[in-house]
Amino acid sequence: MSVRKRAIWVFGDYRNYFQNRVTLQLLSRARDLAKKIDGEVCAVVFGYWTDEWVDDALSRNPTFCGVVGEYIAHGADKVYLTDHPRLAAYSMETYALLMERLAKREKPETILIGATTFGREFAPRVAKRLGTGLTADCIGLDINEEGFLLQTAPSFGGNLVAEIVTPERRPQMATVRPGTFQEIPHDTLRTGEVVKVPLPKDLPADRVRLIRVEHRPPRGRRIEDAKVVVCGGRGMGSKKKFAKLFELAELLNGEVGATRPVVYADWADHDALVGQAGKHIKPQILFSFGISGAIQHTAACNDAKFIIAVNKNPNAAMMKKADVAIVADASQLCTALIQELKRCIR
Amino acid sequence: MVVCLKQVPMVSELPWDPATGTLRRELAEGMMNPACRAALEAALRIREAEGGEITAITMGPPMAEEVLREAIALGADRGVLLTDRKMAGSDTSVTSFTLARAIEKICPQFDLVLCGFATCDSETAQVGPQLAEELDVPGVGYVDEIAVSGQTVRMQRLSDNFLETLEMDLPGLITVTTGVYIPRHVPLGGLQAAFDTADIVTLDTASLGLDSERIGVKGSATKILNVTSPAAGKKNIVLTGTPKRIVEQLFERFDDKIGGAIGKDLKQDK
Repeated sequence: MSVRKRAIWVFGDYRNYFQNRVTLQLLSRARDLAKKIDGEVCAVVFGYWTDEWVDDALSRNPTFCGVVGEYIAHGADKVYLTDHPRLAAYSMETYALLMERLAKREKPETILIGATTFGREFAPRVAKRLGTGLTADCIGLDINEEGFLLQTAPSFGGNLVAEIVTPERRPQMATVRPGTFQEIPHDTLRTGEVVKVPLPKDLPADRVRLIRVEHRPPRGRRIEDAKVVVCGGRGMGSKKKFAKLFELAELLNGEVGATRPVVYADWADHDALVGQAGKHIKPQILFSFGISGAIQHTAACNDAKFIIAVNKNPNAAMMKKADVAIVADASQLCTALIQELKRCIR
Repeated sequence: MVVCLKQVPMVSELPWDPATGTLRRELAEGMMNPACRAALEAALRIREAEGGEITAITMGPPMAEEVLREAIALGADRGVLLTDRKMAGSDTSVTSFTLARAIEKICPQFDLVLCGFATCDSETAQVGPQLAEELDVPGVGYVDEIAVSGQTVRMQRLSDNFLETLEMDLPGLITVTTGVYIPRHVPLGGLQAAFDTADIVTLDTASLGLDSERIGVKGSATKILNVTSPAAGKKNIVLTGTPKRIVEQLFERFDDKIGGAIGKDLKQDK
């Protein structure tokens, strides 16, 4: 009798494969964790045409084929695969049911899920079905002395960081935002086992029906990936003055973000919205101009490594969060910064 | 229709006791979570088109009653407050369990449950999907637009760069984003009336018939080991003066940092 290895599972979220690397990032982190518990890393894939390269598949289906091999090349020891036409499009209830059944059978110690829009809805459903806990949006994952998964997650809009464990129930579950961990390079020589799991015969019909789906690829560079973000709020004064931020962002090789009032006032596109209902950013430097710092905004930019905030009011919440708080008129300071940068960069 | 609401602290920097690691929530003023407000707005618009009744429900300390009064002022028909010391410290799974049992008790014939897609204090976005599981109804998250016709509902949402149109049969659950349903303003007279007269039903663990081992911090699977404030380690250097002088200081002190991020050497051209 072979003893079942302690397993760390990663949900294979392959939609938007080329933009969404979160599954590969989680496989990489899972490898590090598996070493500490002498365990194995498993990817779980539900879909259709997922285990082979099909040349014209991309044109037919905006998802990506061949992920099974990719996941092994990026660190999975084993891939559980259910491949069936019924799984061609993501389906919340069906995927949750498949995950529940597989987890109850195989009893993984940990399940990691990327915090994509799908993952953020899928994970809590799976956790509920398995009667276990779930930590959302972890920024760190480790194994503590007791062998538990140590889940580090922001709380209260990122103003606090909590260390969380799931002491009794299993599996331990966590979601992780894209970009939190680094993927390991593709290794074509790596081998792994593929465990085919048939579609259950008693699978109920989907209670939510997909009527239409349209791929909306992101245009241009993504603010989520930008190393420098220049964010502006109402304190810039006017649409015309706000427009200077675009010039500044170009000089800084960065992207422009905006707060909700600014987007409502049509000073910036909705795409630029940095906030709870918009983009979450994690630049090396965030320039924040004329932003008071409502929690819906600050929660989305807490991961910025270095914050330079400009505001007339030194007591604004954004100023308190900043590494450098500049007490000045946001628009005037923007102008001065543009001039200085033009002088420095030729 | 049932709308689930949460009262969240209004300030972005929550008073926090570094000695005990606990939040001093009692010092913070509360408000209705913005996404919950959008969910209520969606319910009001559905009622305008299709008719029906709206029950607003919240779980929290006694002061959370304020958001129910506000919801009634905005047009909800009644409010239900779930409050009990034993409910404190619930994780999302326990919260959804408690909410589900309350909905089954007070509104068993519901057609639609609406929630905000996430709260701005804890941001997990988990209670809505888990509530759908608990109630065993279909559920869709992150919905931008809702159109109800008879016993089906059609929804549009943007999910990971896919614009999806989905349909489900009622009863069901939807979590609403803040994108489309811009909340209406509270009519002042209505607010007064809601505070003076409106009926709020208050339920606790006993009246819901819940086992106190399954709820609150006892029933929660996750355990918080410790809490730290990442902002505490920051220096928070304050610069003042004329814009020109400030920019000079900024470049003197942080040229490496800025240059590193933008991939250009700012020093050599000085």
